[in-house]
Parts: sequence; structure tokens; C-alpha cells
Amino acid sequence: MEAFGLLLHGFAVLLTWKTLVLMMVGLVLGIFVGVLPGLGGPNGVAILLPLTFTMDPTSAIVMLSCIYWGALFGGAITSILFNIPGEAWSVATTFDGYPMAQQGRAAEALTAAFTSSFIGSLVAVLLITFLAPMISSFALKFGPPEFFAVYLLTFCSFVGLGREAKHKTIISMSLGLLLAGIGMDTVSGNLRMTFGSSELLRGINFLVAVIGLFGISEILLTMEERLALRGHAASISLRVVLSVWKDLPRYWVTLLRSSFIGCWLGITPGGAIAASFMGYNLAKRFAKDPESFGKGRIEGVFAPETAAHASGTAALLPMLALGIPGSGTAAILLGGLMVWGLNPGPLLFIEHKDFVWGLIASMYLGNVVGLVLVLTTVPIFASILRVPFAAVAPMIVVSCAIGAYAIQNAMFDIWLMLGFGVVGYVFKKIGIPLAPFTLALVLGNRAEDAFRLSMIGAGGDLKVFWSNGLVGSITTLAIVLLFWPVIDGLLARVGLTQGSRPTPR
Amino acid sequence: MGHGIKAAIALAAALCGTPAFAGWEPTKPVEIVVAAGAGGASDQMARMMQAAIQKNNLMKQPIVVSLKGGASGAEALMYMKSSEGDPNKVLIAYSLIYMLPLSAKIPFNWRELTPVSVIALDQFVLWDNSGGPKTVKEFVAAAKAASAPFKMGGTGSKREDHVLTVFLEQKTGAKFSYLPYKSGGEAATQLVGNHTESNVNNPSENLEVWRAGQVRPLCVFDKERISYTSKVTDTQSWADIPTCKEEGVDVQYLMLRAMFLPGKVTAEQQAFYVELFHKVTQTAEYKDYMEKQALKPIFLTGKDMVQFLEEDDAVNKSLMTEAGFVAK
Repeated sequence: MEAFGLLLHGFAVLLTWKTLVLMMVGLVLGIFVGVLPGLGGPNGVAILLPLTFTMDPTSAIVMLSCIYWGALFGGAITSILFNIPGEAWSVATTFDGYPMAQQGRAAEALTAAFTSSFIGSLVAVLLITFLAPMISSFALKFGPPEFFAVYLLTFCSFVGLGREAKHKTIISMSLGLLLAGIGMDTVSGNLRMTFGSSELLRGINFLVAVIGLFGISEILLTMEERLALRGHAASISLRVVLSVWKDLPRYWVTLLRSSFIGCWLGITPGGAIAASFMGYNLAKRFAKDPESFGKGRIEGVFAPETAAHASGTAALLPMLALGIPGSGTAAILLGGLMVWGLNPGPLLFIEHKDFVWGLIASMYLGNVVGLVLVLTTVPIFASILRVPFAAVAPMIVVSCAIGAYAIQNAMFDIWLMLGFGVVGYVFKKIGIPLAPFTLALVLGNRAEDAFRLSMIGAGGDLKVFWSNGLVGSITTLAIVLLFWPVIDGLLARVGLTQGSRPTPR
Repeated sequence: MGHGIKAAIALAAALCGTPAFAGWEPTKPVEIVVAAGAGGASDQMARMMQAAIQKNNLMKQPIVVSLKGGASGAEALMYMKSSEGDPNKVLIAYSLIYMLPLSAKIPFNWRELTPVSVIALDQFVLWDNSGGPKTVKEFVAAAKAASAPFKMGGTGSKREDHVLTVFLEQKTGAKFSYLPYKSGGEAATQLVGNHTESNVNNPSENLEVWRAGQVRPLCVFDKERISYTSKVTDTQSWADIPTCKEEGVDVQYLMLRAMFLPGKVTAEQQAFYVELFHKVTQTAEYKDYMEKQALKPIFLTGKDMVQFLEEDDAVNKSLMTEAGFVAK
């Protein structure tokens, strides 16, 4: 097998003391950056990019991709311990990860998150290794209608499969869509809802909103309830790690499903964010007791983390093969490649074999070393929870503020973050779910653009969403999921399925 | 996302922590502000300059690239406008400085910034899928004969790509549906995937897919052919692409790539950057980049630059007015 030989060659390029040291340094820096909310993968890579100009491309990319792995691992830490997702795709990890931490099972949740990250990335790397040429041609099949169908699928799966009351999900999603419309409209080139303010020109930044909605609102709630961050039982040992690993085979369906979703959406340029949400929702849908999700179920950590990291890794493929960054971090890496005179595109795999296979080999090694490194440090991170709330809370607020500011160097964003904190607090009080809101804020613009471009191209004919097998099946699946509670009920009545659980209103 | 670089600057600034004071040499990391998304032509050029400056030690302070492509680049313009007096930010500008204030009524005027130098002129090429028509004449005939209008991919709305599409329609009589994508890279991939019939990308944006034989250049929107004669693909060089005029479609457009400082900086600060970018244009990195990406090298500064900008502004304004893109 040609790919296997090339991969071995890649390992040979890597296995020198110098690269191994760079790898460790990159991972430690990455974890550090990932723990600070608002920084995370893209920023970590961006900060260190100029440092690598003097290195040869292979060492440089190894170091950068290790920072990336480290940051991915690190991002899960804040999601679980403080309910603050560092990256768009960590949002779904908070749903069950944070409740677990509150129940004193932080170490278990962290172990689960790290392990599933590892599995997700590993599946995606295997995919990249053996299917690279085929996959890049798959990505080319995505035009505006196909993109819209994928976004529609994500939105519909939320409404149809969500645990919350449908009308509340829709209200939350609509508000998110509304806010996503702020700023410049790419399709018409006009400004919308900026009210003459130059701060609103660039639109509402997703990360600023998320830091406020999840992080600040959590602090507000905790203050109100006079609760300490309940982490007193966060003792960790090899035993916890081993017991999580022992249970792993029980969840093989979830892991496999999430890996598949992650890879599929990751290769679809720009689809990485949707993956974690979809992985989570499907795990919930197929569980025997979906009610237990959101209350600290370990499967609720496995599902989104596996999907997120499979997609995060698979997103590197369209970047290398087509030059389209699938994620924020991939975009920075893309910039790096060009500085070293490597032009991502269809010819990269042919003209720069050393580099490409060195990178792929570094994905394997970086992941393994990263997992070991991060697991050994779990006790340190979990012990943060034992610090009194009164001491930790101000630190969290400050690091949230730094994160929000750093994204665009704008003071306005700190106010925005605080505003979203209040919104998140109110939403939690009146029982409106936050996840559909954030999802709509991230994907709203892209979904709208994709829809309008499809309409321009098709002269306003909705049939374009069924114009070929690919787009047709995704769209149909989306609509089935949207009306799933109704369909499920009908099937049960006809007796095709053996009685379904009562569907939530 | 792509906000990474901004955070990088914040962090770098926090680490260095010196106050914003500069005589004739920067004392803080310098930020190249890109008014476009990651991987686009502006971003690539900024990275090339970053590398050229650092590899050749042209400046003591580090230089970072800051992507402010939000609101189709308006974010970068407003950022520069609000950074009055700050000599540590340089904008890499293109025709959006004329067009955005007209189409979206952004309260911005390039005359409020401090001009440093024009460093290159960028070409536009009409491309189609390599499975599509082989010449401009065949392409126009096919577009006219098609039952649904041909789809033309481009970057942004009411901007250079859109303007070119309108003029192409006027000169040929064919109709196009213009699809505004977020970046030239996306427009390139969509053409390769046959989701559009053509695009008018800059050479740099389509270079790799051309080399891979996935797209075909039909003609270049300039008075004369591109001067680079070394082979880019197995059979063709940039100079082998005919001009659109040769092919009977008289549409011409060249786009500036120019550096600006914020308003109200001192003459010494301005002089430092004029000198810096002059040195950049002497580096091997710059020369190599110009040839690879088929840009026209040029260096204008001082009065020459202002005169060029005024004339270029007038040209763009009349094109935008004629295309009907000026907001009322």
C-alpha cells in the first residue's frame, strides 16, 4: 500500500530528538493557551507562527500542529470545569461535562473528554491517511445548495431531537438568527442593523457571545445560589482513568457514530462546528433514556468531543488538498504554509510529499504524546475546583474579559460579553435553552448566504434542494428530523415501532 | 474564525508593554492590517511582507498580520480610521478604499489616512472550468445560448468582481448570475466543482487550481499581456493568456495594492515606512512573489502616489456609478 509506505517515511522524518522536543514544547504551550477562555487553538497558533519562520517547514508545522492538539485538549478543560467553551465546537461538551464537574466527577469527565478527543482525531487521521485523494473530490461536490442542506440538517436536528420544549428551542434559535444578521450582508453588500455604529459593523462575534452566555451567566447564577464550585470530590488517580477506559467499549456505537459525523462534516469545508452539536443530539436521540442527558451523563461528553475532534482533524484535509481552511486554526496554518512557500492545493500532495506525510505522521505522534501529557496533568486541573469560589470567580471573570477583548482588540466586546452574561442568566431563569441560540449565531450567516446563493443560481426555484442525490438526501433527512416527534408518533400508532417514549411538547 | 492574529497582537503588546511612543523607528510590534479573510490575495501578500521583513532583518520590532476582514473589509477601514496617530499599524489596501464608501455608505475616506506607498498592481483574469468553452468567443456564445444565465463567482457584492461582471455583460450582451462568495479561494473551489461556470479571480487566487489543470484562463483584463514568460503549467505561462481586448471584449481593470498608515502620524514615521516598504520591494521574497502571483511590480510614494490615488479614485467612482452600485 502506497499510503502506508509514505506514512512510514513521514515517521522517519519526524523521529529525531529535535522534533520530539519541539512536539512536547508545542503541546505544553497549547494546553496552556487552551485553558484561557477566548484564546484557544487559532490564537495559540497565531501567536507562535512568527517564531517558526526560521525553522524548516516540517519542524515548524510539527510544532504548530502540536500547539493545536494541545489547545484542543486544553479547551475541554474550561468547558468542563467552568462551563466556558473556548472554541465553538466545545459548546456541546459543556452540556454534560459541566454537570459532571458539579457532581464531583470532574476527573471522570476530563478523562472522558481527553480520551474521546484522542479517538475522534485518530479516526480522522486514519481517514486522511488512506482516503486523501478521494475525499478532496468529495468536498468539491459541495455548492451553495449542498452547504445549505447541511446547515438545515443541523438546525432541524436541534428542533426535532432536542429535549427542550419545541417552541422554546425555536424562540432561542430565532433570536440567534436575528443577531447573526447584524453587520455587513455579503450577498447584497449592504449594512444591516448597525444603526450607524462602527462597532456593530463587524457583527456580533460568536466567541464574545459564548463567553458571556456561558461563563459570565454561570458566575451570576452561582453567586445568586451562594454555591461553591462543587469540586471537593475531584480526587483523581490512575484508577479513575482506568475505570473510564474500561467502560469505553460500552459506548462504541456512540464513539463510532460521532467519529463518522465528525469526519463527514469536517471534510465539508466549514462544517466542523455543526459536528459536535449533531454528535450530541444523535447520541441523545438513540439513547434509551434521553432524559438523563444534560444532567451529567458521561456519554454526553464522549459524543460531542469525539465528533468535534474528528471534524477538527478532518478539517485539515480540505485545507491541504483544496486550500480552503475548514476551521479558524486551519486558516492560520494555511497562512503559515504560504510563508514557507508551500501552496496548499491539489498539487501539494504530489510536489511536497515530505511535508505532507511529515504532517500526517505528526498528527499520530502528537495525539498520543498529547493524551499522555494531558492525562498526567488532570489532577492539577481538577484541583482548581477545590479553590474557594470567592477566589476563583474574579479570576474567571478577568480571564473571560481578557479573552473577549483579545479576539478583536475592542473594548466594546467586553461590554457585549457582560450584556450576553445577563441574557444568558435570564434565559436560564426562564428556561430558554442557550444552545440553539449559539448555534444560530454561528451558522446563521453562512446558512443565509448559502440559501441566497442557491436561490440566485437557481433563479428562485426551491427544487434546487432536490436537484441531485447528495443534496436531495440531506434535505430530506433534515425535514424528517424536523418532524421526527410527529413521525415517530405516527409510526408507533401504526405499530411499526414498539411504542415510543412520550415526545416532549 | 480567524481572530487569532488579533489576540496575538494583544498578547504580544501585553508582553512588550511599552507605551505607544515612536520617533522614527517603531518601539512596539507592527501590525499589518488585512482587509480580507484568511488565505485571500491580501493575506498572502501580507504574509510575504512579514516573511521578507523578518528574514532580511529590515526592522527591529516584530511584525504581525492582523486579519480584519469583517463586514467585507469595512472592519479594517474603520479600525484604521479610529487608530489616528498610531504609527504601529499599516493597512494593506486595495480598491475597497474607493468602493465601500460608495456602495455601503461607510463613513470612510482614504484621504484621512496617511499614504505610504503603492507596492503592486493586481490583474484580473476571466477563468472557466477546464471542461468548459476554450476561448472567449466560445464562452460568450455558450453563455448567450444557455437557457439559464451562466453563474459567475466572485468575492463580495458591488465590488471589483461584480463591477467586472456588469461590464462583461454590457460588452458581450450575455447575461450572468453573479454569486458573491466570501473569498477568492471559495470562488476558485466552486468553479472547480462546477457550481459556477466562471469567475474573475486575481491570478494568485486561481494559480494552484490552474496548475492542477482544473480551470482555464480565458483572458486578462488589461491593456497588455502579463509580462512573465516562464511556464506556470506544463504548456502555458502567464504571458500566453490573451488580453480580453484581443479577444474582442474591451474591458480593462487593474487593482492597486497599497500601504497606508493611520491619519495624523508624523512625517518621520511616514518616512520610516516609505523606506521600509521600498526595501521590501528590493527583496528576493517580493520579486519572487510578484512573478509567481503575476502581479505588476510598481513603487509609488509621495506626490506620485497621491496623484495616482486621485486618478484611480475617479476611475473607480465612474465604474461604480455606471454599474449602478452607488448607494443613494
